[in-house]
Amino acid sequence: MPKVTVDGQEIEVPDGATVLQACELAGKEIPRFCYHERLSIAGNCRMCLVEVKPGPPKPQASCALPAADGQEIRTDSQMVKTAREGVMEFLLINHPLDCPICDQGGECDLQDQAVAYGRGGSRYHENKRAVTEKYMGPLIKTIMTRCIHCTRCVRFSEEIAGVDEIGALYRGEDMQITTYLEHAAKHELSANVIDLCPVGALTSRPYAFEARPWELKKTLSIDVSDAVGANIRLDSRGREVMRALPRINDDVNEEWLSDKGRYMVDGLTRRRLDRVWIRKGGKLQPAGWEDAFKAIAKAKAGNSVAAIAGDLVDCETMFAAKKLLGALGSDLLEGRQTGLDYPTDNLAAVNFNSTLAGIETADAILVVGSHVRWEAALVNVRLRKAVKRGAKIFLVGPRWETTYPAEFLGDDVSVLGDLPSEVAELFEKAERPAVIVGAGGLAAGAFQDALALAQGWSREGWNGFNVLHTSASRMGGLMLGYAQKGGIADVVKAEPKVVLALGADEVDWSAFGKSLKVYIGHHGDKGAHAADIILPAASYAEKDGTYVNTEGRVQFAEKAVFAPGDAREDWTILRALADALGVEVGFDSFAELQAAMIAEVPALGVEGLADIMGLSGGKLPKAKAAKVKGAISYPIRDFYLTNSIARASAVMQRCSAELLHGEEILEAAE
Amino acid sequence: MLADKDRIFTNLYGFQDWGLKAAQARGDWDDTKALIGRGQDAIIDEMKASGLRGRGGAGFPTGLKWSFMPKESKDGRPSFLVINADESEPGSCKDREIIRHDPHKLIEGALVAGFAMRARAAYIYIRGEYIREAETLQAAIDEAYDAGLIGKNASGSGYDFDVFLHRGAGAYICGEETAMIESLEGKKGQPRLKPPFPAGAGLYGCPTTVNNVESIAVVPTILRRGASWFAGFGRENNAGTKLFQISGHVEKPCVVEEAMSIPFRELIEKHCGGIRGGWDNLLAVIPGGSSVPLVPAEQIMDCPMDFDGLKELGSGLGTAAVIVMDKSTDIVRAISRISYFYKHESCGQCTPCREGTGWMWRVMERLRTGDAAIEEIDMLQQVTKQVEGHTICALGDAAAWPIQGLIRHFRPELERRIEEHNTKFAEAAE
Repeated sequence: MPKVTVDGQEIEVPDGATVLQACELAGKEIPRFCYHERLSIAGNCRMCLVEVKPGPPKPQASCALPAADGQEIRTDSQMVKTAREGVMEFLLINHPLDCPICDQGGECDLQDQAVAYGRGGSRYHENKRAVTEKYMGPLIKTIMTRCIHCTRCVRFSEEIAGVDEIGALYRGEDMQITTYLEHAAKHELSANVIDLCPVGALTSRPYAFEARPWELKKTLSIDVSDAVGANIRLDSRGREVMRALPRINDDVNEEWLSDKGRYMVDGLTRRRLDRVWIRKGGKLQPAGWEDAFKAIAKAKAGNSVAAIAGDLVDCETMFAAKKLLGALGSDLLEGRQTGLDYPTDNLAAVNFNSTLAGIETADAILVVGSHVRWEAALVNVRLRKAVKRGAKIFLVGPRWETTYPAEFLGDDVSVLGDLPSEVAELFEKAERPAVIVGAGGLAAGAFQDALALAQGWSREGWNGFNVLHTSASRMGGLMLGYAQKGGIADVVKAEPKVVLALGADEVDWSAFGKSLKVYIGHHGDKGAHAADIILPAASYAEKDGTYVNTEGRVQFAEKAVFAPGDAREDWTILRALADALGVEVGFDSFAELQAAMIAEVPALGVEGLADIMGLSGGKLPKAKAAKVKGAISYPIRDFYLTNSIARASAVMQRCSAELLHGEEILEAAE
Repeated sequence: MLADKDRIFTNLYGFQDWGLKAAQARGDWDDTKALIGRGQDAIIDEMKASGLRGRGGAGFPTGLKWSFMPKESKDGRPSFLVINADESEPGSCKDREIIRHDPHKLIEGALVAGFAMRARAAYIYIRGEYIREAETLQAAIDEAYDAGLIGKNASGSGYDFDVFLHRGAGAYICGEETAMIESLEGKKGQPRLKPPFPAGAGLYGCPTTVNNVESIAVVPTILRRGASWFAGFGRENNAGTKLFQISGHVEKPCVVEEAMSIPFRELIEKHCGGIRGGWDNLLAVIPGGSSVPLVPAEQIMDCPMDFDGLKELGSGLGTAAVIVMDKSTDIVRAISRISYFYKHESCGQCTPCREGTGWMWRVMERLRTGDAAIEEIDMLQQVTKQVEGHTICALGDAAAWPIQGLIRHFRPELERRIEEHNTKFAEAAE
């Protein structure tokens, strides 16, 4: 623990800290552009210069200088002030004066720091440099004249995303940041470079000229596009969500967000269900709430009612439906829409036990049937970090482009019972071996075999068995009992008279031909097309709600905007339906609903990592190795169009068309 | 004047063949095994005693630099020697003469130096434009391999040592040691942050020493003739012989090996036939390649040409590329051209150099015609100070110094041009 003096204040800093970190610990603000906590140190912007003794009689870049015992650091001396003014002047001489039309305005590091550390005027009388715009795809808009060459975007692509998409061309003042041959950035985290860019060189293309940061209402929310539960902030103006930005949560998403979570928000205003619809004579007709409730009551379902939860719903909605069904005498609850039927009596066996942050520390990882990049792009980032620390990764399933060195062992799950000896040996010797079972693995029936492997490699103080879910509602649903022993097949078999589809768009509704299908959801998607009655509900942005991510982390999202038209928050619809059906559900307000839910499942009342292990009796179930055979296929066919909001989003459709099917389109055009 | 018997580079002018046989006749590769047999520490001590300072420009003691290399590899990483033959400094042309006429001196030096610093191999990074030189050097390396002088059991010493030649692609910045390492690794040639220093983590993350061609090529001779022989030349702390490259307005520009600390006047009179038009016609001298400040005639004339002597004049020895300018020179244009060079060669990595070199050049261009205000001279001076010492590598300093030298010594000339220009335009406006 070196002791340093910062502006006369003596502090102790952790080993390996830099001078910049030491200054921050002492409460001094150090301006910077290229330095970023999560990226490697470039030391090229020269904005963080401080005076350090002992050392050469010139200012030092504090971001790159290790703090050493006895250093005397000055951040307030004349030398430092002059140095900062000088660097700022250099940064500004070729930076355009287009702040009034720049989307970064108001949240621009260069703007802020120019005010704080720059000199009053310019002495530069030559012509300014102009740089042509670069095409970086449908998400990233570039105005490269504004670029200050901090190379954060380059380092993000190389280090975090693991793809060589962005780089620098030419040298000196002609240096330009671009993608390779101006191809679109295709990585599913590509838009994070927009947040990283300290100036307006890389801005959001869909959000271009839409709003100014100071006119936006900021609401804390949770991303529902996958099961990671990335922490996001929804910026809204009036009744419209303008954009989603990641919040910092080191345990979940660090400070990244997948492109889908970020850009599907424009789907919130498209294809919305904003009124009640009833199918009459095979066609959906507009109707009123009363008619709809009457029609449901007329079905006289008694206890022959089922509820199927979709991928995006919150725990409160699921709990309200559960209460309603309970009052009617039914427990036909299911959330695994595509027919998965893995055992759920032990929650720990369906949880990501190593935790998202913990998987970084694994030293040998076996991924069974998961296209991690598409199913959980942020988990893929963690896997890359694990590999950087020396972990070896093996995958079972069809090939996909990993962003780290990894070995594919084959498409067939039978390889689990017959691992190559060198792979098996590596896992035997590993200190923290981990198994990740994805949706493809679960669908292929690999659950027991994978669990058996994990149990064979059990280590003291380390739980290496992980299930990587693909839907935001899954863990919450399982905690609330949304699972039948035989999966959705059991529900089909029971032939319920009424099925409540809670935003369930992935179900094969043809199996429910005889049932009255009541769709409670927000988008006119597959579920609504199949429905007999549509009750318009709220999306994740339009209601408060609790979500549990794949590692069992309970997180709370807040309501950012009001639902459009006649749409209501889901729980109020279910509460009104209870009245129509003449049953008592025991809550009249959201607070009462939440209290009832927490009373039943206390873990949902505490934000943070739930003690899933404790809830499951402290241990994993004994695996029954089944030695199943069969090829794995991944459930996600198109990363950008996995849920009803994304499918309604014009931006996501364009991404899908251009980034995933661009070559096909080009060929077709010929 | 250096006696012929004391010259290290006996085939500097290519009067003899560069090949192995001729080189051996000149004394190269003479019982190299015995040199290596002295042991690593003995060689490094001998180099320290010789007082050899790096010939690439910075003048860091070579023996001391080698001693920073790890004595044994604790984690299995090999060590490397990188030889800097990316000679791109305007005015410098000494490495080229060594490579094309005396390549075996370099290769033998690489083996001995590499052995002393426990390096597994030497990488010679040669300037891309040196096409014939690269061919000669590669041929010489092949000869040495064929003769068993390098490679496995090099020269029968029992030490395995490889020499690789790598051609640059024409960037001046790759002459900076860490940028050279980046370039060798196949990356964009941009200097690295220090620390870590190359001796700790250099090429491919392994301990590396980067030395200039001349520093390496003189090693075998120093070891053969003894440190005290080498230290006998020049003033204290500026020992040895040195290749001077005199260009510009002298009667006979040349590359010549001379003892360090030779007075400027003597160097010019003896080897270059004097200044064009006589000593009264001398305007200024850039004594160490384009990156050091110029020195006006009256100061340089009797100055000893060595590291400390020129430092006292606010300049430096650099690579000893002496650029002589007589009174026919447009001194502002000369410096402006140098500014353009640095603007063109800045790697663009860090802000002050990327933005500052272009700014300085543009102001210099206006000062050349006088299209400026007097205050802009002071502003330019401030801008050079804002670049100097604020960058990752020394290119920022190198771009700033020539301009600082110009302002320091030729400010009246700058002011005269501005006044003349402004008067002319004031008249035209009336």
